[in-house]
Amino acid sequence: MERIPILRMGDFLLVTIQVDMHDRLAMTLQDDLTTRISKTGATGVLIDISALEIVDSFIGRMISNISAMSRVLDAQTVIVGMQPAVAITLVELGLTLPGVKTALDVEKGMQMLRVIGGGSVVPPESDGDDDRQEY
Amino acid sequence: MATMIVRSTETLPIRAEADVVMVRQKARAVATEAGLGLVDVTKLVTATSELARNALIYGGGGTALIESLQDGIRKGVRLTFEDQGPGIPDIEKAMTDGYTSGSGMGLGLSGAKRLSNDFSIHSVVGQGTRVMIARWK
Repeated sequence: MERIPILRMGDFLLVTIQVDMHDRLAMTLQDDLTTRISKTGATGVLIDISALEIVDSFIGRMISNISAMSRVLDAQTVIVGMQPAVAITLVELGLTLPGVKTALDVEKGMQMLRVIGGGSVVPPESDGDDDRQEY
Repeated sequence: MATMIVRSTETLPIRAEADVVMVRQKARAVATEAGLGLVDVTKLVTATSELARNALIYGGGGTALIESLQDGIRKGVRLTFEDQGPGIPDIEKAMTDGYTSGSGMGLGLSGAKRLSNDFSIHSVVGQGTRVMIARWK
């Protein structure tokens, strides 16, 4: 059966959607992700939709569902890479994805997850002593 | 209207979810070939996805007619979705944002209308539904 792969990176799960999804594939992804969050105890989910050429009401609902389900399972979801034409269309369609976190690209999305996740995976600060800001 | 030329025409079946994907892809190809910009193509393909899914889920399957049009110097794409399903008893209600008789979000018809330049719907209870959309360059 066709599936969208879910990669694990530390505390985070990473999904890159690279195919034109039919509805059942989207539902399968929703189920698979929920199962994986629960199994791995992941604190963050990053979904890269930069290859998606449309987001219709079905995919929009899937994104909202994944976001809500992950929150209930103590994980945060960030959607990254939405194409501008897709964003314009989505809003005109009537979908504004309330409660769904978005970032422009994978890097910003990962950063957002680290900040939300709090503490443990924040990148190390500089040593501090000599370049401390003075005022 | 007398000057309108149908440059190409193709009818695709909508019997399974994979057909919805096919109709989307064909609509994209025809719209791109007609010279529509990326935002216009995206709007048309998104509306197509909503209506093809409606025909499948609510109409029990049907067909999508994809036409490439030329009206004077204007180029455009028209799609006509037909099913022989139960029909829509109250079209005005069905066109309302958020109204759904199924499990969807109720944005299909109203959203497809907003995303199109031309929109028409004809439905007879017990006979089926026909929805036409067009987007022009």
